[in-house]
Amino acid sequence: MNARSVPPHLTEGCAEIPILRERGQREVFCGLTGIIWLHRKIQDAFFLVVGSRTCAHLIQSAAGVMIFAEPRFATAIIDERDLAGLADANAELDRVVQRLIERRPDIKLLFLVGSCPSEVIKLDLSRAAARLSRSFSPDVRVLNYSGSGIETTFTQGEDACLASMVPGLPAQADTAHPALLIVGTLADVVEDQMRRLFNEMGIAPVAFFPPRRAADLPPLGPGTRFLLAQPFLADTARALEQRGAIRLDAPFPLGAEGTTLWLQAAADAWDIDAATFHRATAPGRERAQLALARQRDQLAGQRVFFFPDSQLEIPLARFLARELGMQLVEVGTPYLHRQHLATELALLPAGTMLSEGQHVEKQLDRCRAAAPDLVVCGLGLANPLEAEGLTTKWSIELVFTPIQGYEQAADLAELFARPLVRRTWLAA
Amino acid sequence: MQLTLWTYEGPPHVGAMRIATAMKGVHYVLHAPQGDTYADLLFTMIERRTKRPPVTYTTFQARDLGGDTAELFKNAAREAFERFRPAAMLVGASCTAELIQDDPGGLALALDLPIPVVPLELPAYQRKENWGAAETFYQLVRKLAGPAAPPVGTPRPARTAGARPRCNLLGPTALGFRHRDDVREISSLLARIGVEINVAAPLDATPADLARLGEADFNVVLYPEIASQAAQWLNRTFGQPATRTIPIGAVATREFIAEVAQLAGLDAATLLAEAESRSTWYARSVDSTYLTGKRVFVFGDATHAVAAARVAAREMGFTVVGIGTYSREFAREVREAAKGYGVEALITDDYLEVEAQVTQLQPELVLGTQMERHIAKRLGIPCAVISAPVHVQDFPARYSPQMGFEGASVLFDTWVHPLMMGLEEHLITMFRGDFEFHENAAPSHLGALTAAHSEAAPAAAPPAATLAGAAIEQVIAWAPEAELELRKIPFFVRGKARRNTERFAIDRAVPRITVETLYDAKAHFSR
Ligand code: SF4
Repeated sequence: MNARSVPPHLTEGCAEIPILRERGQREVFCGLTGIIWLHRKIQDAFFLVVGSRTCAHLIQSAAGVMIFAEPRFATAIIDERDLAGLADANAELDRVVQRLIERRPDIKLLFLVGSCPSEVIKLDLSRAAARLSRSFSPDVRVLNYSGSGIETTFTQGEDACLASMVPGLPAQADTAHPALLIVGTLADVVEDQMRRLFNEMGIAPVAFFPPRRAADLPPLGPGTRFLLAQPFLADTARALEQRGAIRLDAPFPLGAEGTTLWLQAAADAWDIDAATFHRATAPGRERAQLALARQRDQLAGQRVFFFPDSQLEIPLARFLARELGMQLVEVGTPYLHRQHLATELALLPAGTMLSEGQHVEKQLDRCRAAAPDLVVCGLGLANPLEAEGLTTKWSIELVFTPIQGYEQAADLAELFARPLVRRTWLAA
Repeated sequence: MQLTLWTYEGPPHVGAMRIATAMKGVHYVLHAPQGDTYADLLFTMIERRTKRPPVTYTTFQARDLGGDTAELFKNAAREAFERFRPAAMLVGASCTAELIQDDPGGLALALDLPIPVVPLELPAYQRKENWGAAETFYQLVRKLAGPAAPPVGTPRPARTAGARPRCNLLGPTALGFRHRDDVREISSLLARIGVEINVAAPLDATPADLARLGEADFNVVLYPEIASQAAQWLNRTFGQPATRTIPIGAVATREFIAEVAQLAGLDAATLLAEAESRSTWYARSVDSTYLTGKRVFVFGDATHAVAAARVAAREMGFTVVGIGTYSREFAREVREAAKGYGVEALITDDYLEVEAQVTQLQPELVLGTQMERHIAKRLGIPCAVISAPVHVQDFPARYSPQMGFEGASVLFDTWVHPLMMGLEEHLITMFRGDFEFHENAAPSHLGALTAAHSEAAPAAAPPAATLAGAAIEQVIAWAPEAELELRKIPFFVRGKARRNTERFAIDRAVPRITVETLYDAKAHFSR
């Protein structure tokens, strides 16, 4: 077992990168949005937002009305009777949950998701969850977390959700042998690829969190070494660490380089020798590099501007700059977790302009002035910028698409290349 | 608290955004947390507008709550004014800001901006999107047209001799269901009648345009959900009467022409004699006889639901078996209409109730919103969309109004399209066993849907349908021969046959449904 979790050559570097911190209008989703992928990932979980009509409308609009299967999410809409104290909000919530569970007997795990209104009126969802858990035990477990816009930005909803599950993870029986835990929602196909790679290196046992089914909770304890698969999991990591797990520091598995360094962190922790590591990873890495070379022709030298959205911006920018030769005009992130992003920041080209937080109007001014070749931004901004003549890539797709790992590296590059190629195809 | 899977309407401030976005020179400063900025994508993605909505959100965070969120609002309003230089400003709160009670209206007035500022009180825990749009439009109209109001009781001056009659066209908004195209269609119709348009609002109107509303002779209200409140005020203030007919369908369009002509003091006899709609002829053509008596369920906002039911019954020859709306404010109108079809109106914004009713009625066609499209798809029933809430598909690139004669033709095409064509239906009835011509085959002109059908098949009993179905299906045994016989009944009426037979059996306490029971029930119900 190798106690060193941070490759020495990657420990420093972020300090000298200048960061523009801004306050103003933030054009970002709130954490409720995470429900859109989480409810697909954990197949027997249901997400009940306790909020307003706005919250219901947000999820519905962000999901598009395109989800034709019965969604595993809903909103308990607070109304004036709840606010005026005419109805006991807790009793109302119990009634709604009762109706829901009758309707969906297949549900094993229910999340009560807090919103801005539920927080402002101080509705105690943790007590409600404990109460409901008792009354529906053992058929349904009830947890709670906040996806409110006053506390969470977009992907932080997943962080809050996963953190709420950590206390329920069973204790590791065998603490003498290390176990690897991959943390953060990945597409099932990516999980399966990663599992094969760890297997070939001889790293075992490996578990993924969140699990596909609510009952398949990975064990947790001092023997657990975890790798973050997503850069936005600050609270989850803290909760895991509190239970003795150790985080393996690594860049995120985007691109061939990111994936290699990410896998390397686990290999180092398991003292896997270089030859074995090479044997396991070389085919995937070479395939990825070959495929990326083609995309590089399209993307090299192009100037890209990131609006803040998912916290994936910095790893993505690193990938675009180092593996595809793109130039980074500005990399905005809603929130910068210096510790988790340390290895990423160290890999960014010197002098990269980073911005944290947002004043959307000023950022738009900068963007227009810089006239980048490609703008990565949210759904509210993309079409207006296209209409102004800029080329955009909507960032939400980066959260919904399998982009991690070797086999997806070229797909990820293609997501950025497509809008540029399309521009050249369409008649002016 | 209400359990909501899908909502028909957004919160009231989204209604206000629809007004602000429709207009030119108006800016809306909204006290709201960051997540509420999602509403921009309704306009930029669903409607594909090329500009961001003119909305500034304060995006306060939890850490601001202890401090000065009021100051945050003032700064945002001041900055928005300086940056966008609007001719009028709307200010208000979203659901969360309503709870922290910062009084955006008062704060904005304290800024003393050199433009009209309209404070909006939109109670987010009671009201919804359409109400918010109507209230916003009304407040803007009052504020901007008010100064030109004559003293109370002043009679309306007679139109100067020789001047063409003028009307305002009220109601079209951003994110409206085909509003853009309806405005174009009705504008050209008004021109043919000989009426000039003074102002069309809120779509594409400026604050200065609203100030001139009082100059028209009368108002044409296209969407009562949005404009009737403002039209009533204009009537009280300027003595402008308003149209009541919604020109959806060829019959209603003719009535509309007559009503406008009467308000304008014009003679429309020639126009009415000449005007004809292709949809009227198509509906009469022999090919359309197969449409006769098709059982249709209608749901939408009140205006579109009432109009669609009327067109369905009088212009298509369908049978309206159910009608409903999510617009509680207009429940009376829908109840009234429902009486004419001998049905009870369904007034609800609970998607689950609508689903239960469609499941129970097993109509042959659903005319609804995007929500009913979900329901219909799950139940394998053809569906056409007639009303908001909108989806990106409801903004077709082509000209596709709902109103006027062209609109009537659009309705004919859109509603008939999802149905099986006449002779094809007969062939399937006659040769049920055919391996290609089977019940799960979509109408042959809808090739792509075949896949959708077969994909829907395994999901034929999703929890929703099971639950809704459970309410009406009591456990009752079917003899195997009766089940087999039931399979021979064409699939598009089979659900209804099954239900009728079961109801028949339950009513008569028949313990087991046999082939005899099946035909007894058939005879009973076909009286
Ligand atoms: S920002 Fe707050 S109020 Fe708005 S949708 Fe998100 S949780 Fe609901």
